[in-house]
Amino acid sequence: MANEVAAIATSELRRTFKGRRGVLEAVAGIDLEVHHGEIFGFLGPNGAGKTTTLRMLATLLPPTSGEAQVAGEDLLRHPERVRRKIGYVGQVGGASPDVTGRSELVFEARLYGADPATARARAEELITALDLEVCADRKVKTYSGGQRRRLDMGIGLVHRPELLFLDEPTTGLDPQSRARMWEEVTRLREAGTTVFLTTHYLEEADALCDRLAIIDHGRIVARGTPDQLKREVAGDVITFSVRGEVAAALELVRPQPWVKEASADGEMVRLYVDRGETAAPNLLRLLDSQGLELLTLSLSRPSLDDVFLRQTGRSLRETGPAA
Amino acid sequence: MKLAADTWLVFQRYFSIFIRNPAWVVVGIVQPALYLLLFAPLLKSVAGLSGFPPGGAYNVFVPGLLVQLGLFGASGVGFNLIAELREGVVERLRVTPVSRLALLLGKALRDTLTILIQSAILIALAFPFGLKLQPLGLVVVLGLVGLIGLLFASISYWVALVLRDENSFAPVIFTAALPLLLLSGVLLPMSLAPSWLQTLSTINPLSHAVTAARALFLGHVATADVAQGVAIVAVLAVLAVAGAARAFGRAIA
Repeated sequence: MANEVAAIATSELRRTFKGRRGVLEAVAGIDLEVHHGEIFGFLGPNGAGKTTTLRMLATLLPPTSGEAQVAGEDLLRHPERVRRKIGYVGQVGGASPDVTGRSELVFEARLYGADPATARARAEELITALDLEVCADRKVKTYSGGQRRRLDMGIGLVHRPELLFLDEPTTGLDPQSRARMWEEVTRLREAGTTVFLTTHYLEEADALCDRLAIIDHGRIVARGTPDQLKREVAGDVITFSVRGEVAAALELVRPQPWVKEASADGEMVRLYVDRGETAAPNLLRLLDSQGLELLTLSLSRPSLDDVFLRQTGRSLRETGPAA
Repeated sequence: MKLAADTWLVFQRYFSIFIRNPAWVVVGIVQPALYLLLFAPLLKSVAGLSGFPPGGAYNVFVPGLLVQLGLFGASGVGFNLIAELREGVVERLRVTPVSRLALLLGKALRDTLTILIQSAILIALAFPFGLKLQPLGLVVVLGLVGLIGLLFASISYWVALVLRDENSFAPVIFTAALPLLLLSGVLLPMSLAPSWLQTLSTINPLSHAVTAARALFLGHVATADVAQGVAIVAVLAVLAVAGAARAFGRAIA
């Protein structure tokens, strides 16, 4: 597993927590390989084990078992070497509300050993690059959500890490600030930085990540490029609802030769078909012949949510936003 | 050397945050100053009783007041660490190569300095009441109070890292601090206590610190009382610093 070209390689990485109700397995043995210079995403609902994995890889939490190489160093034997090479931006950031953004950047640079002049220069550089000029000398508690997030990212980048961990980088941001963060992350990749991020936003995983792993209940259930993952679902998705019983409609369509897979999702029936254009008329005829009244029908290309749904039986959208 | 440099960096950061709000120095000294003004005069009439230590009411009371300042001034510092845990500051610092011991020491030494500034103000306030103090005694007393501050600041951070919640932190800390105060003879000398209470107070490290501080105010610097008090507090401070620094390394935010 000690692959020299990989930015991260893990083997059977596991973490359990002891709680009042026994042992909880937060991460249940994860094998992972992240390549240099890519944006790798960890997609999954809350409590899936995304943050726990990230915190283990960033030296914040010792694994219960397993091994990992991070930025070419052994995570368990040399966490202090790993720390020099990685940046980490946690879910809540990490800047103090009562100091200025500039002083946080200078302090962070000094923690990595920069002398005062170099630290000030580096802070100035990041303030310009991340468009923080207007707020750099104000206290952090006055920042907007987007400014705050960009500062957090600047703090993680002070020492020019080769690998940056971002835990839910856009949670709680408005669409404009989110697009801005995506831009920054993409720019990092252009500069050669490897980015490992977690998200529960399908759009984010789809738009931003070169490759991703879908994680649920502490296990990776699927991995690949967003396109690969979507192709695995294959074909198109038809979602429809009828007046009357969902179960009856499901029983009716399931044995049809043009239906690859059918499932009920609340009031809706979801079909995976090879070609939506021909399947839709077939479906209409079939329901009509059985006297079932069609209420709604939609046809879509598979999304990452379909991938998630197929792997876990649940929709990621229904798991709700992060707390 | 890296430890010293890291500690200095962390200390500077927290001191600069603190110095921007110097009101806290004053707030922290209001309580001991009230004791000095509204409680110490009561001792004047008790000072004549047999068993009351020598030196007069203020020379007996002010050393205890300084120990109390060290205890209560430092015990609450964990509150702001809990806030920092929530803000992600601790996690952010732990992911840097900075030494975990420096994370603790930098903060705790800032708190220690605060207590020393307050102690100096308190001593100055007490002089008009007839307090007497030799320069050497003053230096050693400040060293002792500084160690007490370091000890309880470290314990406070340690408890904060373990409990990570204000609602459980406050009762734990203040419930633990009160018997330490009562059994130290700060308010009234333990020599006036019934013998079972005196026995109980000898297991309290702070009562030895109070005894040492009173000896120092009388100018008795090179005495067994002073050596014992300083040694007990110093050993405990080292243990508390080590324990709290370890907790910093393990903190799960």
